[in-house]
Amino acid sequence: MHSHTPAEQSMVGMSVITLDDLSVANITTLLNKARYIDTHRREVAHTCDGRVLATLFYEPSTRTRLSFETAMLRLGGQVIGFAGAQLASVTKGESISDTLKTVSNYVDVVAIRHPKEGAALVAAEAASVPVINAGDGGHMHPTQTLADLATLQSRFGRVNDLTIGLCGDLTFGRTVHSLIETLCRFGNVRFILISPKELRTPQYVLNRINATPSCSYEEVSDLTSVIGDLDALYMTRVQKERFFNEDDYLRLRDTYILDEAKLALAKPDMAVLHPLPRVNEIAKDVDNDPRAAYFEQVKNGMLMRMALESSVLGDTLPGFDAFENKEVAA
Amino acid sequence: MEVTSIQDGIIIDHVPAGTALKVLDYLSINPASTKLALIMNTDSHRYGTKDIIKIEDPDTAIDLDVLGLVARSATVDVIHGGRIVDKMTPTLPERVVNVITCVNPRCVTTTEPGIDQVFYLDRTDGEAYRCRYCDEEAEF
Repeated sequence: MHSHTPAEQSMVGMSVITLDDLSVANITTLLNKARYIDTHRREVAHTCDGRVLATLFYEPSTRTRLSFETAMLRLGGQVIGFAGAQLASVTKGESISDTLKTVSNYVDVVAIRHPKEGAALVAAEAASVPVINAGDGGHMHPTQTLADLATLQSRFGRVNDLTIGLCGDLTFGRTVHSLIETLCRFGNVRFILISPKELRTPQYVLNRINATPSCSYEEVSDLTSVIGDLDALYMTRVQKERFFNEDDYLRLRDTYILDEAKLALAKPDMAVLHPLPRVNEIAKDVDNDPRAAYFEQVKNGMLMRMALESSVLGDTLPGFDAFENKEVAA
Repeated sequence: MEVTSIQDGIIIDHVPAGTALKVLDYLSINPASTKLALIMNTDSHRYGTKDIIKIEDPDTAIDLDVLGLVARSATVDVIHGGRIVDKMTPTLPERVVNVITCVNPRCVTTTEPGIDQVFYLDRTDGEAYRCRYCDEEAEF
């Protein structure tokens, strides 16, 4: 008979709106589960038999929605939902609260994406089943950060004792802020923040690093001068509309494009991450380099969503206990 | 500048200069129907300049939470029979419901009907009030 560990037990029935809802122990459990799921696909294929996930996507995000849906299907559950608010009763003016109170009667777990910041919290308060935030405007997107962590974990076997470069738009990139804040909770990370001066990391994020004695940061504007020090490089897009004038954009754009020439200066086992979709910030020739980890990140996103969906439902992954005990013993 | 002392009521002193009318608004005190004196932009030893609000009404009650929110430096003197009988300082409330409105146009509170405007006190970087839903800092 399986008994939940405290870290597992505390996730049962939980809504995940921000990563602050999860303890470091919870996140570690999810990382272990994702790793187990990856190598035991057949064993976990009936974990969520009879369960139904609703994907309520008030704005289109095909990749995220497919990831949530595939995760549930691969656990043996089923999926309902809508994508694009024009199809839903929203067009008739129904509130998020009312929609969630209704949908809670149909399903066991909800993934919601909404253009308004804070929408997922409104949903979680109205719902009687767990709600997972699949992105609420520019606010939070916790499962993206879980995918980032799982990728570091799979490449290095750990998410700390690393030098991590974050490159590009560090002002507006929510994925970057969320990743930094979460890594600070694990500790022992050296951040190299690589951006033009117009797009530097906000002070509140730097304060978070400063408040973590085992973490440190360095702000630079040149990628090539630091790439050789990095264990992982997290790329983000430098968007044209973030600049006041075209000249600055054109001058800086190429500095933050990763290509094989820049990659030649990096460590042979450095991992390149990107939240995707990319536009031109990573040259296509990098895709074939073994250091490119961004498509692996997509897979890890699905595995982490499988881990999260089964965990909030309280559904035990068959064989995971023994696997974890063996890991601890080893 | 001289303003006659009040007999029964309250004096809100050390109000940030120029904000007295806003403070009255947040405290839901209507200057059109209340016997009060406003002294604005007067000298202050502590702050350089300040506003003072004197209200002649023994029944006036001040919500110290709301006062803390808009004028955290303010002090309140309760006056009876022309003498100060009590002094109070506002506290910073941990949570504020339906006093301020989120200014972030992307916040769910701008579209979701029937939702409370809830702000929490964030002490991670100084003391700021943030919207419970979108975490945007409150503006006063």
